[in-house]
Amino acid sequence: MKFSDIIIPFIITAIIITGLFKKVDVFSEFVNGAKENFRTGISIIPTLVAIITAVGMFKASGASDFLTDLISPITNLVGFPAGCFPLAITKSISGSASLAILESILSEYGADSFTGRVASVMMGSSETTFYVLSVYFGATRIKNTRHALPSALIGDITGIIASVIVISLMF
Amino acid sequence: MLNYIFAILIISSLISGIISGNIGSVSEAVLTESVSAIDLGIYMLGAMCVWGGVMRVAEKSGITDILSKFFSPFLKFVFKGIDTKGKAFSAICMNITANLLGLGNAATPFGIEAMKELEKEDNCKETASINMIIFAVINTASFTIIPTTVAALRLKNGSENPLEILPAVIITSAITLIVSVTFARIFDFKRRKKN
Repeated sequence: MKFSDIIIPFIITAIIITGLFKKVDVFSEFVNGAKENFRTGISIIPTLVAIITAVGMFKASGASDFLTDLISPITNLVGFPAGCFPLAITKSISGSASLAILESILSEYGADSFTGRVASVMMGSSETTFYVLSVYFGATRIKNTRHALPSALIGDITGIIASVIVISLMF
Repeated sequence: MLNYIFAILIISSLISGIISGNIGSVSEAVLTESVSAIDLGIYMLGAMCVWGGVMRVAEKSGITDILSKFFSPFLKFVFKGIDTKGKAFSAICMNITANLLGLGNAATPFGIEAMKELEKEDNCKETASINMIIFAVINTASFTIIPTTVAALRLKNGSENPLEILPAVIITSAITLIVSVTFARIFDFKRRKKN
């Protein structure tokens, strides 16, 4: 039995039991929460269609292979998987676009490949920086966000590098 | 920005398709890929609904409040000089807890409230205070315990163990978080030194 096998069933059970103890109407609250995420999920589908179609055209045209061949001498030199390059670019800009790109990486290279694992970690360990900053500061009267963006972007770049190193060390 | 990426992808597909003679496959991709995007969207809905449901129960059971108390000593350390009894601090605690649990929809309102309260407490006019910057920067680094959408995509693409990346995700998030917050502090320190 592996830790990662037990974690999800355990968390779900613990939460449901706590809910029962606190006299929460667990079933209807579950359905309410599911509904909310259902709406969010449906609302990102048009973005997925736009990005997946564009990426699919890009791949089918051979441009994607050309770009990978072009940058792979540089990325190979530092041990960065060239297939993750598109995700590294989009992940700070758009969450749903990155999701679409992660899907195309996983289907091309396989989820358990080096490239697939690095891409999964890259996606799982970051938020959409530009979106978060614009929503959070947008709610205030702040005009000068000072070094918020540079600090966040340094974090994003660190995350890209760290995901490659951590996966190399762990697998 | 997405505007340009989208346009560049499509324009270069046309050019490259004509040059390489793959234009037939490009045309085919328009139809097949749009269908597969819908497939992906529907596929993702399952995991999203289950997680949304479970986390709603967690929220209603007061688990978010309990965890938020547990995290407050750490957060006191990160947000120097903050009023720990103030509205801003409690919103910060709730936001961080909701993020950890993957409650994206619940985290954002707390986050916005925290920003507004910090703005008041720190008496900012149009320039962000250091605590506002640090709070926003923390939110740009993800620190969800279980990245459910990524796991769902991995499962869809034949991963033998979709969650095997979990420890790697947590370590990478922690590194990102530490580095970005440290840089936010360093930049702040340099500025104060200048003034």
